[in-house]
Amino acid sequence: MQLLIDILSWITILTGSFFVITGGIGILRLPDFFTRLHAVSMPDTLGIGLIILGLVLQAGFTQTSAKLIMIFLFMIFTGPAATHALAKTALHGKLKPKAMYKQDEESST
Amino acid sequence: MIFALAACAILLTMALTLSRGILGPTTYDRILAVNSFGTKTVLIIAVLGFMTGRPDFLDIAFVYALINFVGTIAVLKFFEYGDLGGARSPDEYES
Amino acid sequence: MRHSISLFVFSFAVWLLLSGYFESLLLVLGLASCAFVVWIARRQDVVDHEGHPMHLRPMRWILYLIWLIGEIVKSNIDVAKRVWSPKLPISPTLVKVPADSDELRQVIYANSITLTPGTVSIDLTDATITVHALTREGALALETGEMARRVHGVGRAE
Repeated sequence: MQLLIDILSWITILTGSFFVITGGIGILRLPDFFTRLHAVSMPDTLGIGLIILGLVLQAGFTQTSAKLIMIFLFMIFTGPAATHALAKTALHGKLKPKAMYKQDEESST
Repeated sequence: MIFALAACAILLTMALTLSRGILGPTTYDRILAVNSFGTKTVLIIAVLGFMTGRPDFLDIAFVYALINFVGTIAVLKFFEYGDLGGARSPDEYES
Repeated sequence: MRHSISLFVFSFAVWLLLSGYFESLLLVLGLASCAFVVWIARRQDVVDHEGHPMHLRPMRWILYLIWLIGEIVKSNIDVAKRVWSPKLPISPTLVKVPADSDELRQVIYANSITLTPGTVSIDLTDATITVHALTREGALALETGEMARRVHGVGRAE
């Protein structure tokens, strides 16, 4: 039983680490600011979620798990707020995204 | 063992994020990098706490998550409105 | 008053969960700090219905969360594939989607869009959300309005 939980938590932690690294690669590779936002939201959701799930599996039903879950909930709620605030400030700060409006694109073609 | 691997992965990501913060052509890229870096810091504090068998580190991780969010919002507010004062609407600032 | 009491109970529950102490002196100190927090919140005039989203349908809410987690996993895998592939097959697209007039639903909708990798809500004016999508397909999928329909079912009209 303990071995099964260990293996499960190893798998989740490794998968979470993979998504975290992918976010790091993405933030370097993607071409402009608005696309980099997408790279950051990857470790912010699944990366954190899977790593914390793995730690919760290791800790079992204790106060530590409760704290971990609280950290996870807090980051899940504040992550989108921070990203949205950042994107909005960038847009108002006259940083133009390289993307085109879909509506404009259709009317021009 | 598994915690050490996860810690290595997070450290690698922190290095990548930091290089974006140094390279970043615009200020917003840098803020994004700092915010992402803070998220990774919270994760690595939690993982290191488990690695050394001291889960009390989680309190520090929690406080760091709070500071990271409030700090990002404060910097962004400063950029948008020019000061950190009261809750005025954007229109009042422009006039 | 109702909101103040629920804020007090909630913050004391959080205090207990984080501290894990059950000695009488520390409990009294914890209660005092929670009362202090409620006093500050009342003085700042931030205790209102916004902090207590009680007008949500619990069952629909849980179903929506499960669906959202599924979507997040799917789009995570999609974006991860695009980041790792050498050609970087992205096609950034901006799209405007209509949102509900209800504020709570707007917040849930915009947050869900941002939480899903591949789409970020970058502006919200007059019940219209401007979305930056990493790929054209992501923008098209958002335009079908499935997420909007599900969000609409979650909140009860006031």
